[in-house]
Amino acid sequence: MIICTDSNRPNVEPYILADEDRAEIEHHIHHYDDARAASIDALKVIQRRHGWVPDGAIQPVADLLGISAPDLEGVATFYSLIFRRPVGRNVIKVCDSIACHLMDFEVVQDAIIKHINVGLGETTADERYTLLPICCLGTCDKAPAIMINDDTHTNLTPEQIPALLEKYV
Amino acid sequence: MSLPSNNLGEIKPLTYRIVDNKPIVDINEYEALDGYLSVRKAIPAMSPADVQAAVKDANLRGRGGAGFPAGIKWGLIPMGPDAGAKYLVCNADEMEPGTFKDRLLMECLPHQLVEGMIIAAYAIQAKRAYIFLRGEYVLAAKHLNEAIEQANAKGYLGENILGSGWSLDMHVHTGAGRYICGEETALINSLEGRRANPRAKPPFPQIAGLWGRPTIVNNVETLSNLSHVINRGAEWFKGLSQGKSPDGGTKIYGASGKVKNPGLWELPIGTTAREIIYEHAGGMRDGLELKAWLPGGASTDFLTPDHLDLAMDFDTIMKAGSRMGTGLVMVVDHTQSMVSAVRNLEQFFARESCGWCTPCRDGLPWSVKMLLAIERGEGKPEYLDILQQLTRQLGPGKTFCAHAPGAMEPLQSALKYFRSEFEQGIAAPATAAAIA
Repeated sequence: MIICTDSNRPNVEPYILADEDRAEIEHHIHHYDDARAASIDALKVIQRRHGWVPDGAIQPVADLLGISAPDLEGVATFYSLIFRRPVGRNVIKVCDSIACHLMDFEVVQDAIIKHINVGLGETTADERYTLLPICCLGTCDKAPAIMINDDTHTNLTPEQIPALLEKYV
Repeated sequence: MSLPSNNLGEIKPLTYRIVDNKPIVDINEYEALDGYLSVRKAIPAMSPADVQAAVKDANLRGRGGAGFPAGIKWGLIPMGPDAGAKYLVCNADEMEPGTFKDRLLMECLPHQLVEGMIIAAYAIQAKRAYIFLRGEYVLAAKHLNEAIEQANAKGYLGENILGSGWSLDMHVHTGAGRYICGEETALINSLEGRRANPRAKPPFPQIAGLWGRPTIVNNVETLSNLSHVINRGAEWFKGLSQGKSPDGGTKIYGASGKVKNPGLWELPIGTTAREIIYEHAGGMRDGLELKAWLPGGASTDFLTPDHLDLAMDFDTIMKAGSRMGTGLVMVVDHTQSMVSAVRNLEQFFARESCGWCTPCRDGLPWSVKMLLAIERGEGKPEYLDILQQLTRQLGPGKTFCAHAPGAMEPLQSALKYFRSEFEQGIAAPATAAAIA
């Protein structure tokens, strides 16, 4: 176990990189000819543990990858599925691309917003749900489609939404 | 080594093994269906040059959307003992809106992709191969990782494959969102653990790609064809189109939108959109009429019912002013607003722009702003001219990659074929004055 502090960002809480996370990141690094190629894999390892990537994790992970913290931050903030802010326990991703538009996804999205009472990009006060838009989910023959965490739900109607969302605690 | 006659396998090579969408992940089950036959046939009996020649002869054109011949792309790779490290990358970042074919191929037949990648990697003598898979395809990731592990255990991957002296290791790399990762050079940057900004071309990846080394990037469907080209030969492959197109092979076509039976069908390349929409997809839902269609993704120009009898191949659809793209058709019915459809498309492109080039980063949100106003009936009279100008200012040659030009394709074609719908969203002078 190593404890890192970031002298450039004194307000960042010290972060303890778990031994198994470090081992998993090192395992990913072996798949590439350059360590930084494991950046996204590494950020995902951290995110799996916390639901998001806490500020303090950037420096120790960057150290493992052999790049600077700002460099890794640039990667972390580029990708829409790496979260640099806390999210709810369940992340709802609503496909809003053209194939779902042609199948009236807006009524499904409205039903979700009505049920959880927050808008796109927001998290419920009880931290149960975060709602995000997402790029075409590649299941257009069964539109409209959403993902909740790793589950894809298709052929949705607004009527199905309350019961579906209630399954995710 | 001979291939048993199998009628379905001869006309639908990519999908004949898939019954009721049941995945085949067990390598023994796949081998019993002639799986890895091409690897045993080609390695080491055929030289890499022989494999390249077979694919070039088949004129297999890239199924990711651009239609560039795979054999010619491979031919640009430096060969020989001094060529150094080379890489194969499978573009499995299927995010083109309306496209869902690679998902099927990877979820149901992961070994077919792995087998094709072994053939491609052998042809260019790559030492490592990566599958760049979008993160949302969770089941595909699971099946591909299982397939790779089993192929390693059988000796189709790893050190000294089938006694050839050639070694290959293969990994699945899962992405973390962003449509731009599907762009070849942005994909390479992303794979290197960088922001997915496209690179300047030339040099093309075949010369300087992953970690500056020669790299081939091919689409899932392209690679999935390779085992069949090796097994049955170039002449058979060319004949798959049954005279419907000068191109060879089948194509996985699809339809979505308000048709009766949306789905995917492997058909001879060059099949018409009419056959796809009205026979395979069962036509429009009752009470709806076809108004417009996108031939193969969000970044292709709209076509109209007048174009339904064109062969869906790269050159024919290009001549009609659009692109076949991924070949998965999206239909717009007569009740839907073209302004809203284009607004949705441009919102998508604006959000997914990586922000690297100014015309794309600033021009796309501008187009969205005007389209939203037109949608509300509050468009200013000059908006149509400005939108028309943007289709040129964001067109080919103004940016590093094809994101902005792709975004302009549906806009320019909607303005061309459905201009009156846009004109209806321009506010009357009195209203316009009130808004101003």
